[in-house]
Amino acid sequence: MQQIVRVTDLTKQFKNLTAVDHLSYTVNEGDVYGFLGQNGAGKSTSIRMMLTLIKPTAGHIEIFGMDLAKNRREILRNIGAVIEKPDVYKYLSAYDNLQLFARLSGIRSTRKQMMDQLEMVGLAQRAEDKVKTFSQGMKQRLGIGIALVHNPQLIILDEPTNGLDPQGIADIRNLILHLSRESNKTIIVSSHLLSEIEQIATRVLIIDKGKKLVEGNATELLDPAQTIVELQTLDNAFALQQLQLSNWTDKVQGQRNNTIVIKLDRKEIPALHTDLMNMQIQLLSLQPRHSLEDYFLQVTSGNQHVDTYTN
Amino acid sequence: MLTLIQIELYKIFRRPRTYIAFGAIAALILIIQFGLKLDGKSYSDFLMKDIGGSMVIDGNIINGYLICYIMLQLLLVHVPLLVALIAADMISGEANMGTLRLLLSKPYSRTELLLAKFLAATVYTIMLLIWLAILALFLSMWIFGLGDLFLMKSSYVVLINQNDVFWRYAGAFVFAALAMVTVAALGFFLSIFAENSIGPIVATMSFIVFFTILSTLNIPIFNVLKPYLFTTHLISWKEFFDLKVNDANEAIIGSIQNPQRIITSALVLLLHIVGFVGGAIFIFNKKDVLS
Repeated sequence: MQQIVRVTDLTKQFKNLTAVDHLSYTVNEGDVYGFLGQNGAGKSTSIRMMLTLIKPTAGHIEIFGMDLAKNRREILRNIGAVIEKPDVYKYLSAYDNLQLFARLSGIRSTRKQMMDQLEMVGLAQRAEDKVKTFSQGMKQRLGIGIALVHNPQLIILDEPTNGLDPQGIADIRNLILHLSRESNKTIIVSSHLLSEIEQIATRVLIIDKGKKLVEGNATELLDPAQTIVELQTLDNAFALQQLQLSNWTDKVQGQRNNTIVIKLDRKEIPALHTDLMNMQIQLLSLQPRHSLEDYFLQVTSGNQHVDTYTN
Repeated sequence: MLTLIQIELYKIFRRPRTYIAFGAIAALILIIQFGLKLDGKSYSDFLMKDIGGSMVIDGNIINGYLICYIMLQLLLVHVPLLVALIAADMISGEANMGTLRLLLSKPYSRTELLLAKFLAATVYTIMLLIWLAILALFLSMWIFGLGDLFLMKSSYVVLINQNDVFWRYAGAFVFAALAMVTVAALGFFLSIFAENSIGPIVATMSFIVFFTILSTLNIPIFNVLKPYLFTTHLISWKEFFDLKVNDANEAIIGSIQNPQRIITSALVLLLHIVGFVGGAIFIFNKKDVLS
């Protein structure tokens, strides 16, 4: 598989702060590459270096097999990006913004093509409205439309679901999946909504304090032996008592926010369900919670959520 | 590059703020013209009161040419603020809106982008001067008619034949455009250091006020600096209205008293433009964009 991005020993020093510290990673063609890290971990600095907004202190970035420092123009022609907030010209309409950035990218599109692009991000009805009247979610969608307007090979989306309502988040998720599967685009997505990354990413990079913690296939990072299940019952006290008297007692982690937390192998979930029924526990919900989020919190030492259960 | 300039001009002329400057100039000029049309005689008497006994003026001194000169003297002091409103916003405004990072991730070099922005600011400045010329000169010529231009300098009077005036205004407006482009270059330079446009606009005006005071102070220690300050040369457009005289003390038509001063001032202003824009490009190319 062709490497689209190859970053080697990338470092950025701001006076006394090392924002990115010898970071190396690769993104392959067709990947939806999840870029994860807590606030201040160095995600945005890394992305800005890929877009030549910030000059690296050291290291090397290669995109489409070319050195970014030497082939900036050619590389950027094939990248579409939303960088943090999707800021556009508020005194222009959605259509005018899209057209302006299309021209900046060297594209002369027809009105129909522009409207199709706006339709894709759900803004065709508001095409002629000034952006200053838009909600954050609409601006976000327009930002994505602008990133895609010149049909780039590599799409970089920094926090693309920021400010979106649940439907908007689902729309963006579907759009990313569509672009990846139907158009074979390579997409780098950074997000603090890790559950979103979990649903779309094929590969994941987790960084902390500018350093790489782990990089790999998203499904491989999810260890099935570490699944967390959250139970909601009509009577949690009774359920907890029954569970502690059963074979599951060692696996019960405690209670949190009206849920009983059990840590088990994913394959054990059907047996747990059967036993709950046999114990006459009136179950409201049983939700496996093992996710990238848990993994992320573990590797970034933020695993308080498993330490704060109460029995 | 041409596409970039077109896009920058499009952005400038789609912003409501741009038209404040055109509106302000129109309002001021129309008020002055209205006042002088209604009460031009009083103004003429006021002008003549110091020399009324020593010479006789025959004809209409309150004509379009004089009105334009009066307005240029009044307005060219304030036009820098209107120029700074746009030029000092060119980079800082983009940083403030958050669009700078999007622009800089497009396949253009920072130098190209900055040059396009400066050229667009230059076009705006020139259009502002053309607007000023249309209202202050052509509209005044239409309302007040033509006549010889009678100017009172500090220690002498200048009377320019009406057939010898128009080209002087053409020269004066071209020079004024160069002066205002220098102001635009200063605003543009300052705009790369800020992430909101208020700071660079205020800083531009502060620089102009500060250096104008230095330029006009008659303190020997500052006299060494004066020739190098751009503010000293901003008003050199007035040189177009000083004539040479012959041995009989008659004005020589088509002459300028001190053309070298105009050339020197133009060169100093050009050097400042190159310095400000070159400095902006040099610094901006090294800058990390964190906005």
